[in-house]
Amino acid sequence: MKRTIRQLAFYLWLVAVWQILSELKLWPPYLFPTPQSVWESLRVGFSDQTFLTGLSVSMKRIAIGYGLSVLFGISLGFLIAASEFLQHTLGGLVLSLQSLPSLCWLPLAVLWFGLTEKAILFVVLMGSVLAVTINTEIGVKHVPKICLMAGRNLGANGIRLFRYVLLPASLPHLLAGLKQGWAFAWRSLISGEMIFVSLGLGHLLMMGRDLNDMSQVLAVMALIMAVGQLVDRLVFEQLEKRVRRTWGVASAL
Amino acid sequence: MSSLTQTAPATVKCKLRLEGVTRCFKTSRGTLSALEGINLEIREGEFLCVVGPSGCGKSTLLNLMAGLDRPTAGEIWMDGRRVEAPGRDRIVIFQELGLFPWLTVLENVEFGLRMNGVGRKERRARAQHYLRLVHLSRFETSYIHQLSGGMKQRVALARSLATEPDVLLMDEPFAALDAQTRDLLHEELERIWAETRKTIIFVTHNVREAVRLGDRVVLLTFRPGRIKSEFVMTLPRPRHLEDPDLALTAREVLAQLREEITKPVEKEYNHEENH
Repeated sequence: MKRTIRQLAFYLWLVAVWQILSELKLWPPYLFPTPQSVWESLRVGFSDQTFLTGLSVSMKRIAIGYGLSVLFGISLGFLIAASEFLQHTLGGLVLSLQSLPSLCWLPLAVLWFGLTEKAILFVVLMGSVLAVTINTEIGVKHVPKICLMAGRNLGANGIRLFRYVLLPASLPHLLAGLKQGWAFAWRSLISGEMIFVSLGLGHLLMMGRDLNDMSQVLAVMALIMAVGQLVDRLVFEQLEKRVRRTWGVASAL
Repeated sequence: MSSLTQTAPATVKCKLRLEGVTRCFKTSRGTLSALEGINLEIREGEFLCVVGPSGCGKSTLLNLMAGLDRPTAGEIWMDGRRVEAPGRDRIVIFQELGLFPWLTVLENVEFGLRMNGVGRKERRARAQHYLRLVHLSRFETSYIHQLSGGMKQRVALARSLATEPDVLLMDEPFAALDAQTRDLLHEELERIWAETRKTIIFVTHNVREAVRLGDRVVLLTFRPGRIKSEFVMTLPRPRHLEDPDLALTAREVLAQLREEITKPVEKEYNHEENH
């Protein structure tokens, strides 16, 4: 409650400062629009469906792209953790690929897939899959050996040891990976859409630039931030809370 | 309580038999022999305590009996069958317990039953029964991190008992507890042992604990672990740690243990002298 009030007060203060600065007319309004004109852009954008279309296109892409990276990332993470050979080979590669900004994959994707949905999904996948992989691997490595021994001792082996011991035991790190992967996926998608023009929120952002419409640029930026925050709050924060409740604060990372 | 004073009849059959069990580990500095030529017979329903200095291979011995580890040489037999893999007839209670923090107390106790394909209703009933036995019924829905050390021990005990093993292998289970809690758990373990007639092999470095609990105490030597001596406990049950007879017996065992404890120190001392 205290946190919400503070946040609200802070944002109100921010808008007020913005309002005052724009009233002072230090910069021309096409470079520094008022809060009202950005609000107006948001309103118009939503009422004439352009924002909704952009949003739904982007959400669909992120759902597929992120979904794939969760699937591949977790499987790859477990595989790498399970095999010393893969750790020495693929594990190192994954770490070095992680230093590559996701947009670097765009030229390659366009050459491979052309200007299609596949290309943009590929960029999202490459942007986030490594974070999921690395954290899954860390999660597995952090599972206390004693948990596995206890599991085996109580009759779990093979696939059941994985499903009922290894997987739940690595959950805290896994979750951190999913969260980080989500943030990377969302950023990769938007930057991809900005360059690879095809609807989506990133495209709306570039459209604002082409039309010299600063209000729309800011409105779309706010929208992108809002989606990122919302998913983080509604999905990941809740999951983290749950993990903290069952595991206790100390052991949950 | 009368059942506690009964001594096991001499004719009871042998539950576990170790024949020349040796376990070596490869390390960067060569081969380390943890256990060497262990011959041991454990009777059905016996409470056997194994004491020894740290590093004598006590935990290794338990892991071997559990089937979680394989001997380098020698054989382990249980009920006339060779031990080659973990089985639900032998359950280990580890020093670090290995309780599952993502499950509630009840779910932890149900775990082994679930893995062995016991139906939901029955496993709930059985888990609840064993939680009652360790006086934790009120904490069914708690998570592990919410429990005290002694309570965690009891959960581990209930979890192991729930699968209804013949043999309980306990690896210094009470080492990390305060004296009062340990006292209480000794009583409970003794009671549960009397009620369920399990065979218990209890590893500890605490001689008094061994003398307090065991029908027999086996003393291992410092690395490599060999059986140094065996003591048959004739003190009547229930026993108390403050009992002067118990203290006397403990002193006897301790005298032998002390020789083993000083070995690594002397080794180090000589090592320094030579340099």
